[in-house]
This record gives sequence, C-alpha cells and structure tokens, in this order.
Amino acid sequence: MLVDRPLSIDGALADPAVLRLENLSKRYSRDRPAILDGIDLELRQGEYLAVMGESGVGKSTLLNLLAGLDHPDSGRILLEGIDLSTLDDDAVTLLRRRSVGFVFQAFHVLPYLSVEQNVALPLDLLGVREPERSRRTAEILAAVGIAPLARRYARELSGGEVQRIAIARALVHKPRLLLADEPTGNLDPRSAAQTLALLRAQVKANAGGGILITHSRTAAETADRILVLDVGGLKPLRAGG
Amino acid sequence: MRTPHDSRGAFTIWRVLLLAQLRESPVRLLVTVLAIALGVALGAAVYQVNSSALNEFGLATKRLVGEADVVVRGPREGFSELLFTRLANDAAVSEASPVLELEVALPGRRDTLKVLGVDPFRAATLQPALIGDIAGGLFALFQPNGIYLSISAAQELQLHPGDPLQVIVGSSPKTLQVIGILSEGTYSQALGLMDIASAQWTFNQIGRLNRIDLRLNPGNDVDAFRRKLGPTLPVGVLAIAPQVERDRAVTVTRAYRVNLNMLALVALWTGAFLIFSTQSLAVLRRRQSLALLRALGVTRSQLQKALVGEGAALGVVGSLLGVILGLAIAAAILRFLTGDLGNGQLRAVGASMRAASLPMFAFFLMGTVVASIGAWFPARAAAYQPPARSLKGGDGDFAVVARSSAYSGLALLIVGAALSRLPSMAGLPVFGYAAIASMLFGAVLLVPTLTVKGLGLVPRTRRIVLDTAVAQLRENVGLSTLSLASIIVSFSLMVAMAIMVHSFRTSFDHWLGRMLPADMQLREPLGNDTAYWSAADQAKLAAVPGISRLEFRRTRQLLLDPARAPVTLIARGSTAAQAAEELALVRSGKLPLPSTAAPVWISEALQDIYGYRIGDPIDLPLGGHSRRFVVAGIWRDYSRMFGSLVISRQAYLEATGDGGANEGSIWLDAGASASLVEAQLRARFARGDSFEVLTSTALRERSLQIFDRAFVITYALEAIAVIIGLTGVSFAASSTALARRAEFGMLRHIGMLRGQIIGMLASEGVLTSAFGVAYGLALGTALSLILVYVINRQSFNWSIDLAIPAWQLALLSLTLIAAAAITAIWSGRAAMSQDAVRAVREDW
Repeated sequence: MLVDRPLSIDGALADPAVLRLENLSKRYSRDRPAILDGIDLELRQGEYLAVMGESGVGKSTLLNLLAGLDHPDSGRILLEGIDLSTLDDDAVTLLRRRSVGFVFQAFHVLPYLSVEQNVALPLDLLGVREPERSRRTAEILAAVGIAPLARRYARELSGGEVQRIAIARALVHKPRLLLADEPTGNLDPRSAAQTLALLRAQVKANAGGGILITHSRTAAETADRILVLDVGGLKPLRAGG
Repeated sequence: MRTPHDSRGAFTIWRVLLLAQLRESPVRLLVTVLAIALGVALGAAVYQVNSSALNEFGLATKRLVGEADVVVRGPREGFSELLFTRLANDAAVSEASPVLELEVALPGRRDTLKVLGVDPFRAATLQPALIGDIAGGLFALFQPNGIYLSISAAQELQLHPGDPLQVIVGSSPKTLQVIGILSEGTYSQALGLMDIASAQWTFNQIGRLNRIDLRLNPGNDVDAFRRKLGPTLPVGVLAIAPQVERDRAVTVTRAYRVNLNMLALVALWTGAFLIFSTQSLAVLRRRQSLALLRALGVTRSQLQKALVGEGAALGVVGSLLGVILGLAIAAAILRFLTGDLGNGQLRAVGASMRAASLPMFAFFLMGTVVASIGAWFPARAAAYQPPARSLKGGDGDFAVVARSSAYSGLALLIVGAALSRLPSMAGLPVFGYAAIASMLFGAVLLVPTLTVKGLGLVPRTRRIVLDTAVAQLRENVGLSTLSLASIIVSFSLMVAMAIMVHSFRTSFDHWLGRMLPADMQLREPLGNDTAYWSAADQAKLAAVPGISRLEFRRTRQLLLDPARAPVTLIARGSTAAQAAEELALVRSGKLPLPSTAAPVWISEALQDIYGYRIGDPIDLPLGGHSRRFVVAGIWRDYSRMFGSLVISRQAYLEATGDGGANEGSIWLDAGASASLVEAQLRARFARGDSFEVLTSTALRERSLQIFDRAFVITYALEAIAVIIGLTGVSFAASSTALARRAEFGMLRHIGMLRGQIIGMLASEGVLTSAFGVAYGLALGTALSLILVYVINRQSFNWSIDLAIPAWQLALLSLTLIAAAAITAIWSGRAAMSQDAVRAVREDW
C-alpha cells in the first residue's frame, strides 16, 4: 500500500519525469470514437506545459485521468514513476493529496473557512503540525500577495483575490504536479495576467511540473511549451518558453 | 400597484415552478404531502371517532329519556314510589313514567348490565322509540322475571329468547328469562328492559323508584316547573332537564377528547415545520433561478405568491388525502374498536360513522392554511433577497432564509411561562396549550442564536474532518435551523409526553402500592347497584381459614350535580381515624370538628371540580336525608377522575342503615395460599357469584396494563410526529449534500478521502442532531412541567409527581442522533456518487 511507502522527492528523482503518459486511451461508449487515443506525454521537472483544444476534444477527460479521478481504458499514467493503475482509490487519493495541486476555473474555496484556513487545507490533510503549518501557510500567502487577507472570508474578496487563494491552496504543500483548469476563465484581463504569472513562477519555484489547460492562446503562451489536443492526439504547437 | 396581470403572472410562475419541482424532486414532494396528509388524517380521525361515539351516546340517552320534559332522578337506592303518585297527580303533568334504573351484576363478569324497569304503557307514551319495538309483545313483559335484551347485550352475553339470564342480587343469584331481543334500531348499547314491578321484586326494591320521567301539559314553562319542583323533592332527588342528561357524556369526556385532538394536531404542526423546511431548502436550491426570474421582470409579490402557492398546493393535496384517510381510519376504529381510543370512556357499541362535512372541511382548510404558513416564510425571504446577490452564485450563503430574532424568541418564552400560570377556561387547559405553543415557537426562534453560541464553544481540534464540519455548521446557521426546526418541535413534545406519562405511571404505581397494602382484594363489579355482601355474608367471608384480617368497604355513586358525572362515595374503616388510614393524602387538616359533623376526605378532583377546601362543610344526600360532613383532608385518587369522598363505615351506617359492603381487603395468615383462600371464599356462596378476588400484585399489574393501554395512542401519535421530524432532517441533509457536491468534488481533488468526507458529514449530522436533541431535551423538560402541573391537573384534576425516564430518553436521544448521522452519511454518499470533476466544473 502506498500509505506504507512514503513518497518523497528523493523517490521521484529515480524518474526524471514528473508525469509520464504511455499510449493512453479512453472512450465513453462503444458506439462513439475514443475521446483520447494513444496519448503519450512526458512532463519533466520544472516544466510548465499548456494544453489547448476545442470544446469536447477531451481536455477534461485528460485532466481526470492525470489526477487519478478516472481510469484509462488502456495505457499507463506514471506520476513520479508510480503507475496509477496499480493503486486503489484511497492510495490514488493519498498520492494526489501529497503530489498534486489543483486550480479550478470556479475557484472552489470553502465559504465557511477563512482565507488562511482554506489555504492550509492540504497541510491539514497531510497532518502538518504547528508551527510548520502556520509558517508554510504564511509563506505561500505572502508569495501570492494576499497575506493581509489571511483572516478574511472568501465572500468578502474579489474574483482575482479568491483565485489567489485557490493558487496558494494548490501550492502550499509544494506538490510535484500542478494542474490548472482554465484558471483565468472567470477573471478580468489584469487579474488573469497576474494569476498566470504567479502560476508559472510558483511551478518554477517548486521545481515540479505544471499543466495548464486553457482555451486562451494568451494564457497558453505563458507556458514552456504548448500542446494542442484534437482527434489526432496531443500535438506540439511550439516549443520553448 | 397590483394589476390583474400581477395575479396571472404569479399563477404562471407558480405552475412553472411547481411542475419543475415535481419533475426534479417527486419523492420529496410526495413525502411532504404525506406528512400533511398524516397530520390531517389523525386530527380528522380522532374528531370523527369521538363525535360518532358521542352521537351514539346522545342517541342512546335520547331513547332512554324519550319525550320527557323533566327527569326526576334519585340516588341508586331510590326513593319511595309515593313521589310518583304525587307527581303524576300534579296539575301541570300530563304524563309520568316511573323507572327503576340499575346497573346489575352478572355472575362471573366484571362489567354490569344496565336494566330499566318501566311501566310499559306509560313508557310507550314517553319513550316510544324504546317501547315501540315490543309493542306487539307488550304483555309478555308482565311475565314474572321476564326481560328483553338489546341486541348488543344479547350478543355479548350469547343469549337467545327463552334462555335464562342469571343476575346477582345481594350475594345470591337470581334467574331471569329472556323474552325477546330488541332490534338494533331500538337501542344499540347493552340494555335489559323489564316490567317495573318485576324489576322491583327481582332486585329487592319493592316500593322504590329512582327515576320518574315527566311530560308537562302544553302551556307550562318547563324550566319554571323544574325550578319550582326541585326544592319540594326529597333529599338527593333532582329535577333535571333532559338536555343535561344527554350532555353529560359530552361533558365528562371533554378533557380527554380535547387532549387527544391536541395530540393529533401536533402531527399536523410538525408537518407544517416540514413544509417550512422543504420549501426553504427548495428556495435555496433554486435561488439562482428565482433571482433570474426577478431579473427578467417577475415582481417581488408575484414570486412570493407563486412560492406560497407551491406550499398551498401541497397543502390542498395533502389535506384532501388526509381527510379521506382520516375517515377511513375512523371507520375502522368504530368498526373494530367500538370507538374506544384507549381510556374506555367512549366505548360506543354500534356507533356508526356520520361524516360531519363542516368539521371535515375545517380540517381540510387547517391543513391547507398550515402548509401555506409553512411556505410563507421562505417565500418572503426569497422575494426579498436582492437578485444581484443570488445571481452572482458562487459561495453559498444559507443564513438568509431562516433569519429570526432571538428577542422574539425570548418574548414568546416569557409569554408562554406567563400563560402557564393562568387557570383553566371552562374546565379546559386552554392557556396551558397556548403556553406550550408559545414556548415551542419561541424556542425555535432562539435556535440560530444558540447554535452560534454553542458552536463558538467548540474548540479547534486541528482534526480537519471535525474542524471543517464545525466551521460549516457555524457558517450555515440558517440551514441548521431549518433542519432542526421540525425535529426540535417533535422531539421536545415527545420528551414532554414521555416525562408526563412516566411521571404519571410512577405516581400511579406508588399510589397503587399505598392503596393496596393488603395481600388480596375482593370486590363486586365496579359501579354495580345490586351485588353486595350483607353483614352475615361478611362474617362468612371473614371466617375463611387463612385470612388474618378482612376489611370491608362500601362504595356507591352519588349524583351531586346533574350536569356532572356522579361522584363515588367510599365508606371504609370502622372509625374516622381508620377511614383515613392508607389514603394517599396530599393535604390534611387538624380541625376541631363540630360534634354534629363527621369528617370526609375528598379527592383532588372533587376539590378542583366542586371547589371544596379543608374545613368546608359538605351536605351529602344519604338515606333520604341530608347529612353534614366536614372536609378533613384531600387525597389523591387515580381511579375516579370525577371525584370521590371517603367517610367511615360507621358514619355511613348511621346515615343510611346500610351495613352492606361490596369491596374488601384481605390480609392472609403467614404461609396461607392465596388460591386456596380464593377457592374457599367462592365456596362460601352456594351458586354463581359476581365478585372478583385478586392478589394485590395481580391487581396492580392489571391496573398498570390498563394504564399503558390508555397511552398507546399517545405514543403512536408522538412517534408519527417524530418520524415526520426526522423526515425534515433527512430532507435538509440531502438538500445540503446536493448543494455542496462541488465542495465535496474540490475536497476529493485536493486529496480528501471519500471516508473523510463521509466522516465530515457524519460529524455534522451528529453535531447538529446532538444539539437538536440536547435542545429538545431541555425544551421538552420545560414543556413537561406545563403538562404535569398545568394541563394534566386542569384536565383530569389530579396531581402527579415529576419523574424523569432517564434511560428511555437516553435511548431515544441516541437513536435520533444515530438516525441523523446515518441520514447525513447516506445523503453524502448520494451526492458523491457524481463524478468529482464534473461537480467542480459546475458553476454554483
């Protein structure tokens, strides 16, 4: 069981890729073509990747599979060298808890918790104790620029500020993989630009990997490389960063 | 300004919203409709059963009294028939009918048979409905010892024309012969009809009557005649208006019926809270859609009308179903339980259903109005919610719907406490019920404030599951109130009833222990007028081997007030001091009694109903004379709710010359066998006997069984209210869980285990229900004080001591908490069955 086999950055170093997809396929119905067919991908440490694609091509399905929230029909997903298909639901959850951070389009912060409590949720789940918990929370709040709002509640803040809470929550436990699903879809251009810069900076600072799923070419261009998902699979749009 | 378009628009929106609700949550709507239906059904059934039974009693009394203008009624031992001669010759009287009316003891039976001895020719004029059936065989009635039986008496005794019927007179059996059966239309209750001379002879009442029915000549003022006649009658003989006779059954059972109706209404009001919860949650679930309607031009009033209309529609359907169900239940109770709802007072054989359309319509209306009131509060909250805020969506703010005032709550509690201090109105604890309603509403209004304070006291544990659960509850106080309202109302009422019933049972048990100190009890059928033991019989019984002591009592009925039920006179103990021994005295006075007055100990009921106090004189009609007694003490009597008096046998003997007895307490010799003694007691009488011999233990057990049976319906009604309350909790839990599915999805994304989320929901369920249960216990205990000290006392006129059924309440509380936790978990699992990613992608 994974619980008995603690993961660490040391363990992950055995495989230089944070995430590796091998011949990944998924279909929802026998009558319809596969939504993902033979996808291969390698996300290296420190790499920030954007995935673009039209609605319905399978971006959300890909995200589900990467996070271990759904199972592929064939192929393998290796997160930090661990094949997700070998784990049960609880083990995948524990791996996700430790190694993955999420940022959603609709923010999804808990209205009944303060900013600081929302951000500290992953640390609480990991059982990080005081004063380490407070130190790391304060550090990430400062990093995303909302330290003065720590005691406030999300309902009192603007959309840009709430998305910063979501980013802080996604990064507070220094995950190896950051998954961001249209993180700027609900933001104005200025807040969007700030959020994208912040995401990139934090991925680089954590030395993990990041995948940004977006419709926006502008947003995608903040990544190191851009892949386009269509019926033919994942194809590079351009390389470099 | 309101325009016709306003109402038309409201109707259109109502239809759209209701149909959408029906499509989305058919089960929820069905359960809500059923809850209202159940509340209305219980109320309608209880009313219908009682009114049908009362109607039957009314008809029966009417047939017995017939066309009389005045009923002259004397004590059971009767009065001289010379009075009949006098009254029959009165110029104002056109017809006079002499009657001997007795409750006759039958061998081997605990109940009695009402027997009327009448002059058939005179009765044919005054009670034509009763005599009409046997008009052809009128002369058969003159057959010595001949008796007609009503059909229900014949069926109960399994007798046919020509069969012998044994009755007990004194301590000996006498045999009558059944000469015919009266048809059901003549008289549906159990009755025997004899010629008066034959009855006087059979029951050793020669020259005695105890009732004369009079019809006056036209032109006479009946009331004036009755008032004039009263003072001229012998002591203990009363001139009574027939209506008073007919109304007595109504009056004496009123308190019991009102209490039962109130209990039935509890279920209805709990149903109203369920509507309140359901509609509030429906408003929350649809807040964005409703805000969109407002943004599209629906006015505040249209939206409010449409939402109240939703509740009213549920009320209409539920009430209609409820009335139909209520009538069906009533028909079944009347058919299979002869209209008896537990206490035995309203046992009406042959009572037929007479669906009273106006009261049934009132129940229908009540259900609809109650449902509309339940829907009004959330409708108003939705209508007044700023659309911009709701349209924005995002983080849920549940507190807006159940905004309530702690000050109003406190004020209602104080009003309730004040109302509980007021006396009864027309013998009914009207203010006691109002106090309970006021305190219930007040307590519910205080829930949000108390929840906030209570949750503020919960320390942060650093355990994410618990801390998140507490934070969620603290934020969503309004929702907590919604989910708690129905369970607090129903549970607190159940707690109050449980404490009251347990207190009553404990007091009753202690009382039985005090009243039954002897080893065995010996008694003739309760309320019978014919069976008793003469002095010689008493000596024979006392001489039975194995008996160390046998104390006899004489009990009989006395009609002190024609409008009220008769009271019971108990003559016990040879001296005044012995008479008061073993009585459960609640107060006694050491008074210098006048030499001409003997002491009497009155029950609490007599004190409450007739207003006597210690030291007051009471004139009792005994032996044809008025005898003065002085109240020396008040005692607790759970056997006779219409009042009882205890005097010494010596005083009774002096007043009446009657040395007979019909009850006795037996103390056995050490090692004597009770069954052997019983066999020997029975062997003392050559042929059949009617007396009952029981060990005190058996009598106590039987009394407690009867007690428990009387409260079965109470428990059933309360259980229904609690089930409705739990349904409210379940609805709230499932609505909350559905509303929070995006939250669960997010938590799953960041690594919270499915089990942890379920643990969080279970914690919320346990915390919420534990608060509801603790609050319900506290409130229920407060309400039980009103039940015990106000409503019970004012309804039944006896006191009980408070006793808390700790184990029962603990078990009930744990069951409720467990049920709420299971509901929360179940709702959470249902909400999480959705794809976690889909959930977080939904805008909320």
